[in-house]
This record gives sequence, structure tokens and C-alpha cells, in this order.
Amino acid sequence: MEIVDLTVHELAEKLEAKELTSEEITKAYFNRIKEIDPKVRAYISTLEDDAINKAKQIDVARNKGEKLPKYAGIPIGIKDNICIKGTKTTCSSKMLENFVSPYDATVIEKLNEEKLVYLGKLNMDEFAMGSSTENSAFFNTHNPWDLSRVPGGSSGGSAAAVASNIAPWALGSDTGGSIRQPSSLCGTVGLKPTYGLVSRYGLVAFASSLDQIGPITKDVTDSAILLSIISGHDEKDSTSDNNPSKDYTKSLINDVKGMRIGIPKEYIGEGINEEVKKAILDVAKKYEELGATVEECSFEAGNYALSAYYIIADAEASSNLGRFDGIRYGYRTSKIESLDDIYVNSRSEGFGQEVKRRILLGTYVLSSGYYDAYYKKAQKVRTVIKKAFDELFEKYDLLLAPTSPTTAFKIGEKTENPVEMYLADICTIPVNMAGLPGMNVPCTLDSQGLPIGFQLIGKAFDEETIIRAAYTYEQNSNFRESKPSFKGGKA
Amino acid sequence: MLRDDYEMIVGLEVHCELSTKTKLFCSCLNEFGGEPNTHCCPVCMAMPGALPVINEKAIEYAVKAGLATNCSIEKNSKNDRKNYFYPDNPRSYQISQFDKPLCYEGFVNIDTEDGEKTIRIERIHIEDDAGKLNHDDFGRGSFVDLNRAGVPLIEVVSKPDMRSPEEAEKYIRKLKSIFEYIEISDCKMQEGSLRADVNVSVRKKGDTKLGTRTEMKNMSSFRSIVRAIEYEAERQVEELEKGNTIKQETLRWDDISGRTFSMRSKENADDYRYFPEPDLVSIKLSDEYIENVRNSLPELPESRRKRYLGEYGLTEKAANFVTSSKYYSNLFEDSIKICNNPKSVGNMIMSDIARIVNEREEEPEDIKFTGKELGELISLIDNGTISSAIAKKVLEELFIEVKMPSTIIKEKGWIQISDEGAIKEIVMRILENNPQSIADFKAGKDRALGFLVGQAMKETKGKANPKMLNEMFLEELKK
Repeated sequence: MEIVDLTVHELAEKLEAKELTSEEITKAYFNRIKEIDPKVRAYISTLEDDAINKAKQIDVARNKGEKLPKYAGIPIGIKDNICIKGTKTTCSSKMLENFVSPYDATVIEKLNEEKLVYLGKLNMDEFAMGSSTENSAFFNTHNPWDLSRVPGGSSGGSAAAVASNIAPWALGSDTGGSIRQPSSLCGTVGLKPTYGLVSRYGLVAFASSLDQIGPITKDVTDSAILLSIISGHDEKDSTSDNNPSKDYTKSLINDVKGMRIGIPKEYIGEGINEEVKKAILDVAKKYEELGATVEECSFEAGNYALSAYYIIADAEASSNLGRFDGIRYGYRTSKIESLDDIYVNSRSEGFGQEVKRRILLGTYVLSSGYYDAYYKKAQKVRTVIKKAFDELFEKYDLLLAPTSPTTAFKIGEKTENPVEMYLADICTIPVNMAGLPGMNVPCTLDSQGLPIGFQLIGKAFDEETIIRAAYTYEQNSNFRESKPSFKGGKA
Repeated sequence: MLRDDYEMIVGLEVHCELSTKTKLFCSCLNEFGGEPNTHCCPVCMAMPGALPVINEKAIEYAVKAGLATNCSIEKNSKNDRKNYFYPDNPRSYQISQFDKPLCYEGFVNIDTEDGEKTIRIERIHIEDDAGKLNHDDFGRGSFVDLNRAGVPLIEVVSKPDMRSPEEAEKYIRKLKSIFEYIEISDCKMQEGSLRADVNVSVRKKGDTKLGTRTEMKNMSSFRSIVRAIEYEAERQVEELEKGNTIKQETLRWDDISGRTFSMRSKENADDYRYFPEPDLVSIKLSDEYIENVRNSLPELPESRRKRYLGEYGLTEKAANFVTSSKYYSNLFEDSIKICNNPKSVGNMIMSDIARIVNEREEEPEDIKFTGKELGELISLIDNGTISSAIAKKVLEELFIEVKMPSTIIKEKGWIQISDEGAIKEIVMRILENNPQSIADFKAGKDRALGFLVGQAMKETKGKANPKMLNEMFLEELKK
């Protein structure tokens, strides 16, 4: 087995046993990046020199017998909307093409404490708005299972990198499905934590009440490890939860006996691809075999989630993206004759189509005279969705659903039709609206050899149950034996 | 003066910077001045990804302001975003409060010619200040300074209860005085820590409906506020008399020309697209918290006023004047600890000190000397070391340089002549030189005595003890 095939927990064992050095691992990844990334195009920037230097230092410390954190010297890829001090954070936007962050995000501080090594920054839909990474201002990222297809989005770079073995694990962010949907399309484990579990400080905001950072990994164990590292209260984020951080690896238990799982029938109804539906029902069967009870349930409130989501997310985005004004940093137009020109031209030239569409939509729904009909109504819908979930969780420990209604679609297939693109997140959005945790677990391939994932949705701050159920499934199935083919498409 | 058949209606939005150690949403220092952009961090510069965390001290200060102005306190408050683009507004939204201000429905009382008048307060909310634009004199453009960005403010919105520029001034002075007493702001208008948006409308006397109002923003001196209100009310009356209507608009007051200019009309008004700030959680205040803040309030001017009337026997006028400013009131209290003569201290503050402050175009807070100096000054009068005429001169000196009055009079040679022999000598000399006055006095003209004393004071440059002079002249004249 090659270094890049190993999971992080396997790499950590080999580091501990001195069978591998951090430098060897890091170099193996950069070699792999040089070989594969020209086809996949997951990275916006790589940090090879810094990474290898840091790896060497950690090796020296380890050889001296210094006490190091368990995952010291393991490389990681970071979605390009998370700030690392002194490096570019572009959000895949022309607006921030040359923006160098003056500070570290809280999650980066936590990774620094763990002494992880940064491989580079990963491509995404511009400002995390999109479901295919085609909204990157720079280039498309390709799905490693079929290069003519999208990796999903917005964390398409992160999911494609992990699936391609050009990052052992990565951080993504999820506002309406941006970790789970690309994980589903690329065959990775992607977890959107409960809102408030992971600090948002230093994550460039898209929609503040929905955004969460989370891990994209090769398996459930790595997901639990990375979540344990990045979660916990942060005084710099007022919306972060106050509870002490937990060790989620304690939930890696191969046992779902007695667990009650509900499948909302709306999630396996109209608009869901037949192969995906079948895969989900197979997963349900598997859980029953393993001793859980699985039962169909109803989640009608979910039908309104998509429309309400696009009102709330875009309203917040229209305000959050106001700071990109060409005044203090970021792109500034050269066509300036008045103050208004700085704003209008910098923003018109610096933002892409989809970002502008959402700013316009968000501005509209907050405008005087429309606020009650749109924003306020959408907030009411949000409350209804939360209540509906609460009721379901009185009966069930977990909900099982598809992550994406389809497998990976062709590059260009949906770019002309924004609403069809928005439907790609129909299964993931309700979870963000309610602030709940959700995980994509890869389960099988469709007839075209493309990954299908299922989604486990848990109660707020009950990541443990999700991890336990996901781990049990993983231990009793064999998805990890399938490898992406890098077939098709022009690289 | 406004025509007799009209009345003006004035409402004010007073913005007051809170003197917390740090800014409202980050730990940068809240300090006036400093090199541009040195009191800044990713949060107040609105770097991508930075998040606000509310300063609990600012909430406490705002609650204090509310309690001191008889407001109800909102126990379930929140922050809202007010969206607009301007280079001094780095986030392109101000974090303010829209529909659930921290404090609501209060009032303050002001003294008017017709007695005490209540001005109602609609609400007090917290928000953060914008940065500053420095315009380059050489035409190289404007420069943004974000040192002030994120400084905590309260905005106090009055009801349209004022009917003259004087009432508006008195209302602002009252707020300023209260906020100084409770130590939530230094209220320095010249540094912009107290500013007001002024709303003015007029109507025919007897009308019950309010006229269309205009607004003048960011006024930062009492003089401009008074002049602007006068001008704007008269302008509106003129317009109405010409048969025109008043447009609801925002005006700019120009201090040099003494006129208002249209900035933008209501049709072009900004739509601020307020919505709840998702980066902050709601502000929940318990009854216990509010009671603790209430108990922490220092003695308010109203209570001091009562005490000065009762305990110290000050006149109504003096008590009102001394308590109108925390600085006067503290000066008063510190002085009487030393000289134990409240009436004289009160009178000196109300007359001589207030006059000098006015002449110097300063505010009470600019006074450099303390009760230590003033107390000694009054004692020096009381024990006959100096006359009150000399005391006035010492006071002038105190405004120039703070020294102990006893040192000043020694240096200047101003010690009062109270030596009986010396006084006698002066009296005899003056009488010798003014036989006419002696005759006048004997003829029953009492004024002659005053003239003689005046002559003696003149000759001694005010240093002779006036009481002794009086007695001795009388004695001699009656011989």
C-alpha cells in the first residue's frame, strides 16, 4: 500500500512506530499532487516549502523524543475560505485573488496546536455559493471518478483532493450541503457539525446563521479524529457552543443494536434518482441486519426548506459580502471617477455571476416593503422545520436520507439553470436550517461507477450517534475497496 | 424669532460615545486620537472571516443611561445590521439595534422660563461608531482612519417635545450632565463624543398634527444646534407662507453661511435593510442584573440638588446651577470639605467661575483646578486674608495656572491689609484729600461713605480690608 492510500489514523500509527517520517509523508503527497492535480485541479495554491520545512522540524522533534500531539506532522488540505495567516485566502473569487490573511482562523489555531502540515488551499465555488465548484473564478475541479463530471460543491476541491489521495484529509465548510454533497459525489466521508460546535472565526462568511466548518476524510475514524481537534468553544465566536470539547473517537463503536432510525419518505420520493433511492434502501436493510430498527416517517416541513433557505442564506450573504468594497483590501476597479464607481465597478468586476445573483436576491428580500413577505416568512419556515425535526427525534435516534438526489453530473450540465443547480442541495439544506449535524457516508457505486453516499442526520450536538452508526456501517461494508479511475474528460 | 402664530417642534437623536476601555465588538483600545489605523484589528477593520463579540461593559453603560433617564429596560434585546456603503463603514453594515432597543420610554426634566418641563425619551440603543475620513488638503484624495470604527455609542431618541432652540440645548445639556454623573461617557462635543441629529418641523399654533420634518445630521456644538434650529424653523415658516410645502429631507447645516442645504430627499433615502445580526446572540438581561446596575448608579443630579437645598441651604438658583454639571457639583463638594462655606462656594461657582468659563468659551470639564484650591480660596476670604475683589483676581490666575491660592497671593503681593494702624493711616489720608465728601456725609448723603471706601480700595489696589475700612471711615466721619 502506498503512503497516500493510508488513512490518517494509519499514518499516525506508522509515525508513532517510526516506520514513516512526516517528511516522507508530506513529500509523497506533493509528488502525488504533481502527478494527479493537473487532472483533478483541486488546489488553488500549494504550500510545499513551508510544509516540508515544518515536516522536517517535527521529525527532528520526534527523533529527539519530544512529546508531540498524536497527529503532529500529518498533512492536511484547507478549503480556500478559511484564513491561514500570511497565506492567500481567495474564496475562489477574483475579489480576493491576491488577499493575504493577516490572521489565523480559530480552526487553524487548533490545527497548529496539533502541528498539522498544510498542503495548500482547495478550490471551491466562489464564496461557497454553488454545488459543483464550477462557480470558482479560477478553474473547474474534476471528479476523480469521472473527470468529465463535477466534484460537487462548494467544497469540491476538498472532497476531490481526499478522494484522489492528494490530501489525506481536508477541511470544508457547509452552508447548505457544501461538505456533504461533494463528499457524496466524490465518495468521501463528510461531516457538517451542529451549528456552534466548530468556531466560525476566520471562515469567510457566506451565511452566518448556517455556515459550519467540518472534516472531509477517507473514513469515519478520521472524521471523528478531525472533529475532536477542531471543535470546542471559542470566545471569538459568539455563536459557538459553551460545552467542553469531546473526544469523538470514543464513539467509534461497531454496534447499532437497538438504534432507532427513521427514513423520511419525502427524501426517497420524487426527484430522487432511482439508483440513489435503491442504495439508500439497501443501507436501511443493512442497518436492520445489524440490529437497528428502521422505519419510514414523514417530514413534510422539509418541502419548504429550499425556498426558505435561499431567502435566508442570500439575505445574510448580501450583507456579509458588503465588506468587499474595494476600499481596504481585495479587488479594486481601475475605472474610478467617483466614490460610487469604486463600489459599483469593483463589485461588478470582482464578483462572479452566481455571487451577484445572490447578492441581488438577498438585497431584494431585505428591502423595505418586502422584508415581511420574504425574510420574516422564511424565518418562520425555519422555525417550523426545527420543530418538525424535534418531533422526529422524539421517535428516532437518527434519520437516514440520500445526501444528493443524483450522482455526479457532467461539467456544464446545470450551469445554465440555477434552479436545477439549487436542487442539488435539496437533501442537505433542511439540516443547515435546523442547525443539526449531518454526515455523508459513501456506500456504493452507481451503474456508471460513480459514488453514492447516504446521509445520517442527528440531534443537535449528538455527533456521537452519527459517528457510531456511520462507523458500524463502514465496518460492515466495503466501499473503501473501490478506487477512483480518473477516467474521461479532458484534463 | 419665530412668528407668533407658528410654533416649532424639535426632536433630537443624541449620539454619545461610551467610555469603555475597549471597543464594542473587539478588544482594541477605545481611545481618542492616535496615529491613523493603529487601534485596529481584523474585527474592526472587517477583515474577511472576522466576527464581533459584544462588550458587556457597553451593555452595562447603556443600561445605566436608561435607568438614569427613567427608561424601562428591555430584558430580551438583540442587535441588528444596518446596511449601507461608505468608506468609513468597513463592514458595510453598522451593528445597531432596530426593533428591540435596550432601553425605552424614559424622560428627563429641564428647567424652562415657565418652570420644569418633561422631555420624553422614546428609546436608547447601542451601536458602533464609524471610522473617520481624512480629506487630504492637497487633493490627493481621502484617507480612511478606522481608529474610531467600533467605538461603542448609545443613541438617545427623544420624542418631538421641544418647542425652542433653548429647550433643545437644555435637553442636550441635561443628558450630558447625567451621562457625566454616571460616568459612561466623557461627553466631549469637540472630540465628537457627543453629537446630535436634529429634527425640526413647524405648525400653526393650535394645530394638533405635526408638520413635515427635516433632519440635520451630526451636529456637534451647542451654538450650531441653536442657530440651525432657529434658521430651519424660520425657513420652513417662510416656505409655508409662500404657499409651498415642506419636503421631508436630510439637510446639511453650514456654520459659515448660517444656512441649511439639501442633502437628500425622502424618495432617495437609504433603505438600510435592517435584519437581526446573525453573528451575535440575543441580549438577555435578568431582573437581578438590572437591579444590580441600578444599585451601582452614583447619586444623580436630582438627588444632589435636593441635598444642596436642604443640607447646605443653597438658593434654588444656585442648587440648580451647581448640579447642572457633574464637574461643578464635584468641585462644590470637594471645596466645602475644606472651607465649610457652601453658600460662598455655590455663589462663586454660579457667578465668577461660570463667567470665566463662558469668557474662555470652555465647558466645566475644562476647569483644571480642584476643590482643594477653590476651598482654600474661600477660606482666605472668610478669614480676612484677602478681599472678594482679590479673590476674583486669584480665580483668574487659577484658570491660567493651577497653584494654591495662598501661594498666588504671596507671589503677587495681594495679601489683604488688615493692620489697624495701616488702615487708619489710609483712612486719615483719604479724608484729608476729600473734604467735600466729609461735608456731603454730614449733609446726610450716605453715598459719600461708599465713595471714600472706593478711593481707599483704589489706592491700595483692592488689598485693604473693606470691612475695616467701612468701620473706620464711619467712626471718623461721626466724630
